[in-house]
Amino acid sequence: MLKIDNLHARVAGKDILKGISLDVQPGQVHAIMGPNGAGKSTLGNILAGRDGYEVVEGSVTFEGRDLLALAPEERAAAGVFLAFQYPVEIPGVNNTYFLRAALNAQRKARGETELDSMQFLKRVRAKLEVLDLKDELLHRGVNEGFSGGEKKRNEIFQLAVLEPKLAILDETDSGLDIDAMRAVADGVNSLRDASRSFLVITHYQRLLDYIKPDFVHVLAEGRIVESGGPELALELEAHGYSWLKDRVAPAAA
Amino acid sequence: MSALLDSLAAGFRGNPAQRETLDGVLREGLPHARVEAWKYTPLRALERRSFSDADAVPVNATLLDGIPAPRIVFVNGRFDAGLSELDALAAGVSLQPLSRLLGSDHARATNFLDRRYERSDEPFARLNAALAGEGAVLRIEAGTQVNAPLQLVFIGAPASVDVAWHLRHLVELGRDASASVIEHHIGAGEHAHLGNMLAHVHIDAGARLHHARIQSESAKATLFARTDGVLARDARYTRTDLELGAALSRHELNVRLEGEGARLVANGVLFADGRRHVDTRLGIEHIARDTVCELLWRGLANGRGKSVFHGGITIRAGADGSDANLSNKNLLLSADAEIDTQPVLVIHADEVKAAHGATVGQLDPVALFYLRSRGLDEADARRLLTAAFCREVVAGVEDAAVRDVLACALDRALLRLESA
Repeated sequence: MLKIDNLHARVAGKDILKGISLDVQPGQVHAIMGPNGAGKSTLGNILAGRDGYEVVEGSVTFEGRDLLALAPEERAAAGVFLAFQYPVEIPGVNNTYFLRAALNAQRKARGETELDSMQFLKRVRAKLEVLDLKDELLHRGVNEGFSGGEKKRNEIFQLAVLEPKLAILDETDSGLDIDAMRAVADGVNSLRDASRSFLVITHYQRLLDYIKPDFVHVLAEGRIVESGGPELALELEAHGYSWLKDRVAPAAA
Repeated sequence: MSALLDSLAAGFRGNPAQRETLDGVLREGLPHARVEAWKYTPLRALERRSFSDADAVPVNATLLDGIPAPRIVFVNGRFDAGLSELDALAAGVSLQPLSRLLGSDHARATNFLDRRYERSDEPFARLNAALAGEGAVLRIEAGTQVNAPLQLVFIGAPASVDVAWHLRHLVELGRDASASVIEHHIGAGEHAHLGNMLAHVHIDAGARLHHARIQSESAKATLFARTDGVLARDARYTRTDLELGAALSRHELNVRLEGEGARLVANGVLFADGRRHVDTRLGIEHIARDTVCELLWRGLANGRGKSVFHGGITIRAGADGSDANLSNKNLLLSADAEIDTQPVLVIHADEVKAAHGATVGQLDPVALFYLRSRGLDEADARRLLTAAFCREVVAGVEDAAVRDVLACALDRALLRLESA
């Protein structure tokens, strides 16, 4: 589904990703772990199409299409979703209106019929329950005055409504207490199925207690230095990122 | 010599005192761009134009669809009895054209005309005082609560030549009265007329006035408006100005908070797309104790548009406990557009709270990316953010019916951005 091949990228002239390869099959959950500054968020942002990142080498294909050639909205319509590490507050743009406009823009781009407000509301109500989000938040501006936890849950709520094929969660656990994290994880788990894939970017192993990954990759200094099963996350938890240094150094030399 | 002033003076029909005022303007001419109050709105090009007196022009009544009674309608500055609907006024409400009061022996009814304008930087108020023989005179008696908004409609209609009109208005609320007024400035087709309006707003103790003004005049029109408001003790004046049309539109909003506890909320949108030049100049004076002003203004400039904002607030000595709040945010949407903003706070009292902020920026690229990453295309994302930026001003309007009228007018203007 998602195939990243030898991806090299720069931000402001600085090399951040230095040759990343990753193969995500439908239904799989891949966790990307790593210390701060490893390039985790850069990877998420490049996949979603954010400006300011320069891909200098390598390729990314999504269901056989060149993902990097697509505009952010085209990627969304193709089924890629990024849950932001720092969701943006947009006062004056109503949450519900925005989400319906976004969903219908995607459906239109895919040649599907648009949902009318009744159909949309039905869908929204069902998803709200799962995420334990207050109805009232829907009537506010996008993320306007939301707490940190509410913003992250709102990301997962959008994910639930938009039903992408590939969801990238960029440090969705950061700043969350244990209850909020559980709510987020429940939301994600309810969306797991045989065709939907997840790329879970996180600094801590904690989230992976709740969202069980199929694969864990350790990213350090722009490279994947270790890949394995869920047990790798536990190993990291036990030893910290410092034991990775040996693995990074030889390659860098 | 000024072709503009000569052409306007040709229509003079007033009394000796007005002649004196007119001669003052003719002698001193229009202010030069060096005059601070006119620095960002030069009058050079306008000075070379000339305008005729307006004749009655018939307009299509469908223009008034959506503007219910009671309403008073002026076309090219002339009262239009046929389009006005003044029969259903509530008890305690009087709304009439100034011309009807002038001919009568209601000397007191027109004493607001005695106000003199002498300064050389207020040429249009002086011209208005010398030349205006028409306007809307609205009086609400003490204790009267008016529910339905009173609609003041000003239509500019194409004529064989460019015409000028001068209108002088009075809005007066007695003690504890309350009312809403909606001003509509509409173009009935393309024209390049000059409209000059001067409004006196007197709000007596405990009275409340909601005042909305929607300026969506024809794209070549020139408009000068000045509002002089006076608020007595515990009076409330809430106004929302949408500057959406005309080629040049300048509004000077002067409000004196003369009574203790008086409160002004004045919000507005300056919408400078195309080649439009919009200029709003606030002059708010806190004179009595515990007076409050809240000013929220949004400016937008696209194409070759120019948005000018001056937020002047003075807190006089003795006006302790006053609270002044001014926010002016601006969105610069094109490289050829221009925004000039100038908050000016002058404080002579000790115990006051005053805050102001003015910014000029572009659409937030992170917010744009956020919207696009959810599937909205770039144009839609830009439109949504721009609309949100402006709608904040309208969202605070309490009366849902008034809010809807304002929101519709704003949405129509926002649609222009897409086709630009």
